[in-house]
Amino acid sequence: MNLSWMAWTTPTATFFLTILGLLSLMCIWEAIKPGGGPRVGILRFETTRGDRLFLSLLGSAFINLAWLGLIGSNLWWALGVSLIYAVLVFSFV
Amino acid sequence: MSKPYNNKAWLFVLPVFVLVAISAIIPLMTVVNYSVQDTFGNNVFYWAGTEWFTEVLHSSRFHDALGRNLLFSAIILTIEIPLGICIALTLPKKGIWVPVCLILMALPLLIPWNVVGTIWQVFGRADIGLLGNTLSKLGVDYNYATNVFDAWATIIVMDVWHWTSLVVLLCYAGLVSIPEAYYQAARIDGASKWKVFRYIQLPKIKRVLLIAVLLRFMDSFMIYTEPFVLTGGGPGNSTTFLSIDLVKTAIGQFDLGPAAAMSIIYFLIVLLLSWVFYTVMENYGAEKQDPRVEQD
Repeated sequence: MNLSWMAWTTPTATFFLTILGLLSLMCIWEAIKPGGGPRVGILRFETTRGDRLFLSLLGSAFINLAWLGLIGSNLWWALGVSLIYAVLVFSFV
Repeated sequence: MSKPYNNKAWLFVLPVFVLVAISAIIPLMTVVNYSVQDTFGNNVFYWAGTEWFTEVLHSSRFHDALGRNLLFSAIILTIEIPLGICIALTLPKKGIWVPVCLILMALPLLIPWNVVGTIWQVFGRADIGLLGNTLSKLGVDYNYATNVFDAWATIIVMDVWHWTSLVVLLCYAGLVSIPEAYYQAARIDGASKWKVFRYIQLPKIKRVLLIAVLLRFMDSFMIYTEPFVLTGGGPGNSTTFLSIDLVKTAIGQFDLGPAAAMSIIYFLIVLLLSWVFYTVMENYGAEKQDPRVEQD
């Protein structure tokens, strides 16, 4: 199948494979511990681990955009901030 | 006692997942791929990295269009949601007028977007349109093609005319599903109309209202056809919303890279605001229910 119209590149393929890997990990986690691990965190409403992944990914996207818009184009630091943010979301939200 | 889980039901979701993959996920992946490259056609691409994102984030054209979109959505939600609830409350709940009212309410929803734009384009013209001609005879200097305020007012009134019915129908569906016993209890307690609305009707229609707010927000934030047909984004750029700007960049200028980057930022903003609306409305006034009450 010719997928050249999708204009794949190694960095974008890596990005999507990472997302796919995260979703697969969540499925495995759910199979081991069913129920989604609901809890009420600092946002004062109930979230499941799926919600926490969604918040981590969405927040990371905005962290990277803010970095690009306000600081510069070296996004490795933004990736580091995003990882810290994701750990905080999974710990406290 | 632990709740049994049966994941076999997920197999039934598979056909929908395949459809969504073809219609949404694959195009979205392609847009992400385009957003980091430059092309002049013929499937030849050059790596551009995050250049387009930086360009869009620093573009005053993008900031202006985003500001217009946020303002437009805020105005639309402020008008359509309360108006829709008020109309739904006044509609008859039984009798022969129910189907008449519902059909009348549904009529604007059946008209395609481009036809709505054309109807209002003719309706507002000072020479042949009923609205434009009447206003000019009353001495009002109205021209949506040259005056920014007139253009905005026409687009807002057009959207309210087209989409308030959706809010009305959703709220009406929520209102008729409230059991009569609630109203009887309110009458016994001598509750006023406002208290009935505040403590019975509003909490009971919260779910459908959430759907109405989300649909109207997403629709108004992605509005394209009606303002494009009515004003073409003018006068000047005063009604150039993000979607119009996006189409101009992608198809008018064939700048696919910047257009793809703009699409992704646009998508993320819609996703974020929809999540905020959903979370706030879903959790607003949510009470922790005592499981013993459920069993009774």
